[in-house]
Amino acid sequence: MAGLADLTLAEARDGLRNKDFSALELAEAEITAVEAARGLNAFITETPERALAQAQRSDARLAKGEGLALDGLPLAIKDLFCTEGTLTTAASHILDGFTPRYESTVTAKLWAAGAVMLGKTNLDEFAMGSSSTQSHYGPVENPWRQAGEDRPLVPGGSSGGSAAAVAARAGLGATGTDTGGSIRQPASFCGVVGMKPTYGRCSRFGIVAFASSLDQAGPFARTVRDCAILLGAMAGYDPRDSTSADVEVPDFEAALSGDVRGLKVGIPDEYRVDGMGGEIEKLWRQGIDWLEGAGAETVEISLPHTRYALPCYYILAPAEASANLARYDGVRYGLRVPGDSIDEMYENTRAEGFGQEVKRRVLIGTYVLSAGYYDAYYLKAQRVRTLISRDFTEAFEKADVILTPTTPSAAFAVGEKMDDPIAMYLNDVFTVPASLAGLPGISLPAGLSDAGLPLGLQLIGRAFDEETVLRTAGVLEDAAAFDARPGRGVGE
Amino acid sequence: MTLIEGRTGEWECVIGLEIHAQVISKAKLFSGAPTDFGAEPNTQVSFVDAAMPGMLPVINGFCVEQAVRTGLGLEAEINLTSVFDRKNYFYPDLPQGYQISQFPLPIVGKGSITLDLEGGETRTIGIERLHLEQDAGKSLHDREPGATYIDLNRSGVALMEIVSEPDMRSAEEAGAYIRKLRSILRYLGTCDGNMEEGSLRADVNVSVRRPGEDLGTRCEIKNVNSVRFVQQAIEYEAARQIDIIEDGGVIAQETRLFDPSRGETRPMRTKEESHDYRYFPDPDLLPLELDAEWVADIKASLPELPEAKKARFMADLDLDAYDAGVLVAERETAEYFEAVAEGRDAKACANWVMGDLFAALNKAGLGINEAPVSAASLGALIDLIDDGTISRRIAKEVFETMWRTGSKDAAAIVAEKGLEQISDSGAIEAEIDKVIAANPGQVAAFKGGNEKVIGWFVGQIMKATEGKANPRTVNEILRRKLAD
Repeated sequence: MAGLADLTLAEARDGLRNKDFSALELAEAEITAVEAARGLNAFITETPERALAQAQRSDARLAKGEGLALDGLPLAIKDLFCTEGTLTTAASHILDGFTPRYESTVTAKLWAAGAVMLGKTNLDEFAMGSSSTQSHYGPVENPWRQAGEDRPLVPGGSSGGSAAAVAARAGLGATGTDTGGSIRQPASFCGVVGMKPTYGRCSRFGIVAFASSLDQAGPFARTVRDCAILLGAMAGYDPRDSTSADVEVPDFEAALSGDVRGLKVGIPDEYRVDGMGGEIEKLWRQGIDWLEGAGAETVEISLPHTRYALPCYYILAPAEASANLARYDGVRYGLRVPGDSIDEMYENTRAEGFGQEVKRRVLIGTYVLSAGYYDAYYLKAQRVRTLISRDFTEAFEKADVILTPTTPSAAFAVGEKMDDPIAMYLNDVFTVPASLAGLPGISLPAGLSDAGLPLGLQLIGRAFDEETVLRTAGVLEDAAAFDARPGRGVGE
Repeated sequence: MTLIEGRTGEWECVIGLEIHAQVISKAKLFSGAPTDFGAEPNTQVSFVDAAMPGMLPVINGFCVEQAVRTGLGLEAEINLTSVFDRKNYFYPDLPQGYQISQFPLPIVGKGSITLDLEGGETRTIGIERLHLEQDAGKSLHDREPGATYIDLNRSGVALMEIVSEPDMRSAEEAGAYIRKLRSILRYLGTCDGNMEEGSLRADVNVSVRRPGEDLGTRCEIKNVNSVRFVQQAIEYEAARQIDIIEDGGVIAQETRLFDPSRGETRPMRTKEESHDYRYFPDPDLLPLELDAEWVADIKASLPELPEAKKARFMADLDLDAYDAGVLVAERETAEYFEAVAEGRDAKACANWVMGDLFAALNKAGLGINEAPVSAASLGALIDLIDDGTISRRIAKEVFETMWRTGSKDAAAIVAEKGLEQISDSGAIEAEIDKVIAANPGQVAAFKGGNEKVIGWFVGQIMKATEGKANPRTVNEILRRKLAD
């Protein structure tokens, strides 16, 4: 059944319903694709037996005409989602051997909709990073290469394994989590679509926490429609997450009307940052032209506090992380490195169990919450966050959706920026503001860089207005007609 | 004012209490796990309580209601918006690595408690705040040398921390405060107040100063688990601080522990107290928003509290302050008393409850809810006195029989044993005549002006009638006969 793994999620869904092929055949094709892509190190754990068993159950339902929304569709799951009976690592040494006895709400919803699990994807440890190189299980490689070069590139992060897998056709779609750009930036680097919904749209229950006020689950896929389908299955109020929103989940796929006539698209002046490549600027201009060509109207908007977003984020996220990661103490689960006293056991366990970037953020977070520094850092950052949210509120009085580049550059080489955390953090300069404001954002591939690497455009919407974001993204997608394919790790 | 005589003059002791009261609730503060006391270790632990990865706290609405009810019972401000914070520290029985508590914005603000002191005096102690927080688990160090076992059954159980103003001035006042607070909590049904089981624990802040001067440096004595120990700890600590200052020293602000076996306080290891808790709002929980109407509904549903009950007992039942205070101290006692006093003479009922019943309970080591004589039975017994069926003396006997045998029916005992009072004047007159005839010497003594002899005659007649003669009738007839 060559070519099944190449289908989009929507095509595969329709094919299964038409009985053009079986869920088992599709699962087998995807399992083969996962194996073929092993060189990318996109998966920490592959679960082929589980995939086949789920596919058989899907076939039984489909045969009876009782197919569910995602029946038989193979997905990759970021290894930050707890999966009952399947190793869950957060790419950290400290969670060695941790197999949850419970399922995250988002993955439970996917399985309840009939989806099939291919495996757990690699990531930056505890979702802290923009390169997916900070993993105890080794770096993920981007399936893309610069034209004429074979230097391995990063897939972005932290959901780099999910983005790389989807780009390499090892999964029709994948889950990710986005705290400051961890879905959108790797989607941009890998030439796929990735969406972070509104904070509160998807339950955080069962997702290993990084920064609770920012973490949000979302889908990766190769088309906007596929993302809409997946988000519909992932979203929904969950009484087990106090921050999940008790709002209706609309039919996201139905929002893809293809019509943006009269839509006001905001263009924020402050996103023209120093160091942004000319090709990014060009792509942005191209995006504006596409939308205007489709009948939308562009308006200049101002998000004046944009330049404070990164420093604000790198105070608040580590502060929350420093407390969220306190539970990894060697007492109840995961790694324990013995010591002569309880304090020594803590020190040994955490010293060995956490990687360098995690330690850096725990230290930063502990520092900014400490007596004497709390007001100057944490409280001030909270105030800045309020101002950033207000910027967006005001901007959305003039615009219905905001268009920006996703990242200031294309994917960089593995090993680059590793000794310069600030340069690494700058990857998130366009994605972090929407995270701080809790707004939905999507990245879709819109073109190639001069070196032949994918570049993404980002759309940001009003809270709980994913529909406008998806509708606009669909129009951009059609206009961009992005059909370039990565060169490496793709089966056959 | 209670002052302490030192070597160099008088000192005043200043005391503030932080009481940790376990909320009565079937489930924990942020998880659905049960809270029963005494269960096998680690059998009442949810994934949330064990801080498994990805688990999230969800507030238990009933615990919030209990805290609001308590705040209202303490006549305190209810904060319609409050915030849960993380209090960060590492300890093996604290699975999350932080305790969810409330720091700058507690659910309950300022309130007060009125203390009943010796001699019917009252004193008002300010409440600074009440906040909700999670309990930690328990570390068991004595199971195996060199190893610590962790029991997470308590992990996540809801506590109310009730902080007083530094308004108390003696160990007695501190004791009265805890007893009164416990009484209010029990009336409200928000904490069982059981100090042996750890449902109520006290952190005691003590400082000393010369009367009228500024507050001295305080020491905090952690986790004291009985009223008596609180009082001992305060007395020891005040004396210790006075000694140090009188010797020219200064008090170091520190956390201390009370050692009940030695009756003294000693400093905790400094490491245990050098925490920077790095409080910040818990991002897993939204600010707690209460509806004013909901709070008003709770207020309307509050039971009558000891203060109000005491005032009512004094005004409506004509009890004195002491009796009323004793009867309202425990909700169960007040309920028992009210059931007995319903439609009866309140003072007589109070005497029965505080006299014979309390004595019997004390002797048997029972609580009032375990009394073998119910309020209804006691009431029926009192009715037998009132309608003249039996004398008070006989009634005591009947009460003892009821207590011993568990019989509920006083009238049946009276009938069975033939204990009815003899009020028939003819029968009594006959007995009196016999006694007068047999004791001419005593009759002469009475006629000679010795009034006391009348008591002797009454005694003889009661003896002859096995106590069944109506004493009033005996007195009347006797006086008439002797005067002849």
